[in-house]
Amino acid sequence: MPLHTIVLVKQVPDTSNISGDVMRPDGTVNRARLPAIFNPEDQAALELALRLKDQYGGLVTALTMGPPNAVNMLRECLYMGADRVILVSDRRFAAADTLATSYALHKAIQHIGDYDLIFGGRQAIDGDTAQVGPQTAEKLGITQFTYTQEVLNLDLKQRTIRAKRAIKNGYEILESPLPVLLTVIKDAARPRPFDVRKLCTYKRAQSKFEIQSYVDESHDLITLDQVLEKARADGLYIETWNIEDIDADVSMCGLAGSPTKVHKVENVILSGSEFKQVPASTEGLNEMIGELMQDHIFG
Amino acid sequence: MSNFFTENQDIQFQFKRIDLEEIIRVREHDYTEAAEFPFAPLDYEDAKDNFSRILEVVGDIAGNFVAERAREVDELGSTFADGEVTYAKGLEEDMQRLNQAGLMGFLLERKYGGLNLPISLYIFAVEMVSRGDASLMNLFGLQDISETIEKFASAEIKDEYLPKFSSGAVSGAMVLTEPDAGSDLQAVKTRAYQDDEGNWYLNGVKRFITNGNADVCLVLARSEEGTRDGRGLSLFVCYGDDTVQIRRIEHKLGIKGSPTCEMQFHDTPAQLIGVRKRGLISYVMALMNGARLGVAAQALGIAQAAYVEARRYAQEREQFGKPILNFPAVAEMLIKMKVDLETSRTLIYSTGRAVDMLRISELEMERLKAAGESITDIRAEFKHWKALADFLTPLSKYSISEKANRICYDAIQIHGGTGYMQEFNVERHYRDVRITNIYEGTSQLQVIAAIGGVIKGVADEQFDANELKEYRHEARQLANKLKQIRRLFTKSKTFVLEKEDKAYQELHSAELVDMYGFLYIGYLLLEEATEDSRKMLIAKKYIMDSLATALHHTESITRGFDTLFADVEQILTRE
Repeated sequence: MPLHTIVLVKQVPDTSNISGDVMRPDGTVNRARLPAIFNPEDQAALELALRLKDQYGGLVTALTMGPPNAVNMLRECLYMGADRVILVSDRRFAAADTLATSYALHKAIQHIGDYDLIFGGRQAIDGDTAQVGPQTAEKLGITQFTYTQEVLNLDLKQRTIRAKRAIKNGYEILESPLPVLLTVIKDAARPRPFDVRKLCTYKRAQSKFEIQSYVDESHDLITLDQVLEKARADGLYIETWNIEDIDADVSMCGLAGSPTKVHKVENVILSGSEFKQVPASTEGLNEMIGELMQDHIFG
Repeated sequence: MSNFFTENQDIQFQFKRIDLEEIIRVREHDYTEAAEFPFAPLDYEDAKDNFSRILEVVGDIAGNFVAERAREVDELGSTFADGEVTYAKGLEEDMQRLNQAGLMGFLLERKYGGLNLPISLYIFAVEMVSRGDASLMNLFGLQDISETIEKFASAEIKDEYLPKFSSGAVSGAMVLTEPDAGSDLQAVKTRAYQDDEGNWYLNGVKRFITNGNADVCLVLARSEEGTRDGRGLSLFVCYGDDTVQIRRIEHKLGIKGSPTCEMQFHDTPAQLIGVRKRGLISYVMALMNGARLGVAAQALGIAQAAYVEARRYAQEREQFGKPILNFPAVAEMLIKMKVDLETSRTLIYSTGRAVDMLRISELEMERLKAAGESITDIRAEFKHWKALADFLTPLSKYSISEKANRICYDAIQIHGGTGYMQEFNVERHYRDVRITNIYEGTSQLQVIAAIGGVIKGVADEQFDANELKEYRHEARQLANKLKQIRRLFTKSKTFVLEKEDKAYQELHSAELVDMYGFLYIGYLLLEEATEDSRKMLIAKKYIMDSLATALHHTESITRGFDTLFADVEQILTRE
């Protein structure tokens, strides 16, 4: 079996370029005003996956859950060298928190079938939660390496992977049998440029939504199925899955499946203050936990 | 940093107006390749969309990757030890990146793994790459080598070498010059001989070879024993294997990333390109024409980099309580730089188009011949484009590389003392640009190559038509100035011709080429000005300055001190 790597990717608003009119008076971001980009750490994740493919062969599948226009990012995955891209998109996924997102992603991954590795960015620049990767791994019941900065070795005979994981002031080296889900930091790899031949080929690749609107606007008598079939035959169809396709439970998806509720948004200005040393003993730890609970950081 | 394609408005202007419809239709065989190659365009609109996307990738790599490494590449340079050349690290990374993007078979046909793009687009790419790092152009810009193989070699040789060039698996070197054969390539001594089975081998020493350590060498050698001139030379292709020894690399003023090698061939197995004796007179001339256009684009890229630095510095640097940009002398320097850059683009894209038109008329002629159809019409077209390309290519190389030198010179001037220091990029640009009016034929040789077309009047009909055109408002005044330049040119040319003195013509060729070039570029600028009102300012500055220069040239030709009659020794005798 050739190596199969799945990469979790997300299209995000470009929060690095926030100008005045993007912020709403209530402090939330007007996403429609921001250009959509390929989440930088997901690009690094795709690059790592492609390097493994360069070295060991195999296939790379890029998977995203997002709105229909996330297809633009999936095309970029094809330009970089992904073999297959999948758009999981359905109105009923809207307003998903990390729990509902990881639920949908794990269902989609199960629908894809066999895999050896899953890569994803450490976090997306719009949410900064770093939870979706770990939660997906948990739901799939597989090992996870977070904060991956380098893949050191992949042993396809023994079916193990060894990687370097960034920790504060250093790194640790982890090894695990496959399959493993790895979340990747931005410094792990600089994404490769688009391959111009793939660019000129896959600029024509389309999702079901795009094909549907093409059919709707066409003056010719064509059906969605005809065009889909043609796109599939030409290798230019971007697989588009809805809730039923991945066999997901509607109540676990989108807003319904999201226990996270935003209570209030506040501007917080962080300022450095005193730090406190806690003795490395049971009493010390208990004291620290007590304080954190008192400050409502825990509990 | 920035994308050198999408964020350069002048390049965008030129790209949007470039008309390649006929060129692409022929090169794409009426868009029939899409069935076999999914990345081939379906029609012209689709092709242009591809071009824009491809150049955006080049602009991204040049602006956001290559430019970041250029300073270090210059500092480290490529090095030589134990017979091996090592590229500067950044340069290796640059090449890897260009390869990853699949940009190495730029000009080659798709059946050889190439992108099948015309020269016109290659010029955009070379300018951007050179703006990022001038020395990288000497690796990326050596694609004329594979193009020469594609044009002239046998099917077997093409099948063997071209896919390797397209995939970036091999790099190439153009191995022409020798210690005693620089500008005068007819003096090449490297020997090519055959064994009893007819296999060719090479022996001899070559010098000043850009990227001589390449995997594949295109070598000019003497195949006809006993001959002494260009007619005894043939062109060969060989691998840079163990029989090819790199003896040293040069320590240069600029483009330090690009290794310039002295190399020796020891009975190196080689294959003949095309037919014997045509090496210099046909193939190398074609190869050099392509390379000359590449160098003009390289000069343009370096000059653009220097201009951007100078423009920014003039805005930021304050003296006497205001930005130095506000001083007329500084502003004038920048305006001249900008006008030179934009008018150089006008010239180079017009040249690229002529070269592309020449190429497709060649292809059409071959096709019609093979089909047994009449080639009368196409032959006339071929002749027209050939004459124009043969004039415009050396004109571009000469005028753009000279202007680029001036731009880099002024960029340092604007920086003042700081520009002289290595901490500032203009210092590097100034060193890098210096070779562009020397290699692939000095400016003096370009003038000699261009003067024939000037005397014959290759663009006369075009100028006649332009003079009859109705221009309006400011353009009309400028058109009148161009008429005035033409009268000055005609007066000077007549004066030179009536002298019937070859030496005198050679002495004043540069001035005649200049003036003819003013006319050619001037009329193109008037066209541009009808599409974009800002361009009227560029046209105005260019044409008015050109008129002043034409007056000067004419005075110099018709009434200047004729140094041919002067006692040269007497002038040069004192140290």
